[in-house]
Amino acid sequence: MIPFLIYVAIFVVAFFLVTKIAQRSAISDYGSLKTVTFGDESAVTPNRAASVISILTIFLLWGMFTGSTLLPRFLHAPGPFQGEASFEYTAQAGNERDSATVTVVVHPIDTPTDAPEVDPGDGWAKNDSVAIGMWRSGLLRVDRNDELGRGEGAEVIEINGEKVQPGDTVNVGWGTVTISDKGTPNIQPAKGWQMEPIWLPSPEAVVVRIGEIASEGFRGSTLWEHLGYSLFRVVVGFFFGALVGIPLGYAMGLSNWFRGWFDPIVEFMRPVPPLALIPLVIIWAGIGETGKIILLFLAALWIMAIAARSGVSGVKISKVHAAYSLGASKTQIMRHVIVPNSLPEIFTGARVAMGVCWGTVVAAELVAAEQGAGMMIMVASKFQNTDIVIMGIILIGIIGFGIDMLMRWAERLLVPWKGKG
Amino acid sequence: MSGLSIQNLSMRFDLPGGGHVQALQDVSLDLKEGELLSVLGPSGCGKTTLLNIVAGFLAPTDGKMILNGHEITGPDAERGMVFQQGALFEWMSVRENVGFGPSMKGMPKTDKAEIVDHLLDVVGLQDFKEKAVYELSGGMQQRVALARCLANDPDVILMDEPLGALDALTREKMQSLVLKLWKETGKTIILITHSVDEALLLGERVIVMAPRPGRIHKEYRLPFAEMGVGADLRDVKKHPDFSAKREEILGMIWAMEEEIMGRTEAAT
Repeated sequence: MIPFLIYVAIFVVAFFLVTKIAQRSAISDYGSLKTVTFGDESAVTPNRAASVISILTIFLLWGMFTGSTLLPRFLHAPGPFQGEASFEYTAQAGNERDSATVTVVVHPIDTPTDAPEVDPGDGWAKNDSVAIGMWRSGLLRVDRNDELGRGEGAEVIEINGEKVQPGDTVNVGWGTVTISDKGTPNIQPAKGWQMEPIWLPSPEAVVVRIGEIASEGFRGSTLWEHLGYSLFRVVVGFFFGALVGIPLGYAMGLSNWFRGWFDPIVEFMRPVPPLALIPLVIIWAGIGETGKIILLFLAALWIMAIAARSGVSGVKISKVHAAYSLGASKTQIMRHVIVPNSLPEIFTGARVAMGVCWGTVVAAELVAAEQGAGMMIMVASKFQNTDIVIMGIILIGIIGFGIDMLMRWAERLLVPWKGKG
Repeated sequence: MSGLSIQNLSMRFDLPGGGHVQALQDVSLDLKEGELLSVLGPSGCGKTTLLNIVAGFLAPTDGKMILNGHEITGPDAERGMVFQQGALFEWMSVRENVGFGPSMKGMPKTDKAEIVDHLLDVVGLQDFKEKAVYELSGGMQQRVALARCLANDPDVILMDEPLGALDALTREKMQSLVLKLWKETGKTIILITHSVDEALLLGERVIVMAPRPGRIHKEYRLPFAEMGVGADLRDVKKHPDFSAKREEILGMIWAMEEEIMGRTEAAT
């Protein structure tokens, strides 16, 4: 909730700051002279400052709530309590009361620390000590070293001078102490607002992990091998899908028989999510490369067939007529009119298919794989390696984005006539 | 025998729900080589159907067409067609579009380049040779379409409202260009149009068609196309005969349109 409120606050403040600055350095291009901008879609362009601030804000919040060393300390959200602290308890056995001090050492989880030696002190209730990891809590049997224990009817009645009963909680300044139903104090040092690395590691931890995995590898394969395997599967599956799908789509666009024969199959298979095929493919082809490639082939096949079919159906009849009356034969019409006319549609289909394939390969690797980006994050999550999971998600996102950019670039280069017909 | 002879052409479309439309009924027409014919008529009179049959895209239900002594059975390079718009190949440059016909015939490159260059000069697009067609204005695109058709050296040129989508000024320039090309190449041209002015200006012969069933209603032989060659078309339009003929034909088409309206109103 608090991170969300901070996010909204940054959004609003940045908006007013940036628009104010922008007004001062008033740009006077043609767009700025438009008086009607609300409702004019062409007047809406992404504000680049907003994009930059947006990305920075995400990293800022991430850093704030993970105690990132990349941020100055004053920007950090309150962290968990760390160090040594103490509280006093008073126990009563019959009519005899005595107090003792509990020393608590709160240490980072990854550096195990022993409870310190403390002077037992006077009276029948002896001083105790305990070591607790950050974000954790600990039960302390305070009477285990006392002369009068639970067996003798001793129970804790006061914490730091406050009367307590089982179930009560006392704030001791650096955390809370709750008396359990059986009368044992449960020590909970303050957790602060920061996230525990096991839930959300800091940005630099993720970067360090990327470096580590890139140089040392993960589960017997380097990072590049994992990503390379995923990409390889996508490319091969897509390639075969296009190899079969495009001619199939052309045939469906050009022949009654083919359209009649394959229409029911294509129309049925198209709405089946490729993910639903994973179990069947695993049963048939196992979890190796063949199974993955068959799955991706099936994911790309229908998309490419439909794209090619609509590319053929989309050809303007006047273009075909023109080609015939210019003396073109059927083969020439296919090669010089129908194929180039359908290329823009095929490229759109290819972009969609690549996106679907990338999503499907990650999902398939989540289910079962020896290598791959999806397998990496799945295995990491089983070992609570959240930093690897986040690293994997970021890399998967970057690659997916990269694939789409590459396809768009190829589209601009190869079919510049798209949408110009 | 040279020229185009259309004999007793009929075209009947059966409707899916029973019944039929008689798009053309018993249309006969003889065109000598080098004649320029404009076809005019209210919408639905079968002008475009007639042109599609002559082009060979449709087979008539009855009748036949003879061109230079042989019967027309399908599309062929001897009958070139210029469409209203959007029939250029946008994946090809201007040069490739114009050279499409010769390429399909497998003409040697140098011969083809010569033809393309010549035609681009004729239509005034030499500077736009390597441009993509979608970079050109509507008028320029239609000039490319004309050049593409001429590059194949067809015997007959069929034009389906080629200037219909152009603005008035461009249209006038294009009309002059069509006249010029007709005179210089001596091609037989059939031009379909909605505009009475255009039909009068670009028709040595003008036929007015009537709808339901589509048939030839009236035929004119006019001097305006000859007058217009190399002259200012606005001067031709000022000719007293021009406005008289214009009024006559407009009145005729209006009467037909009103009759259709009346008939549909009576039917409903």
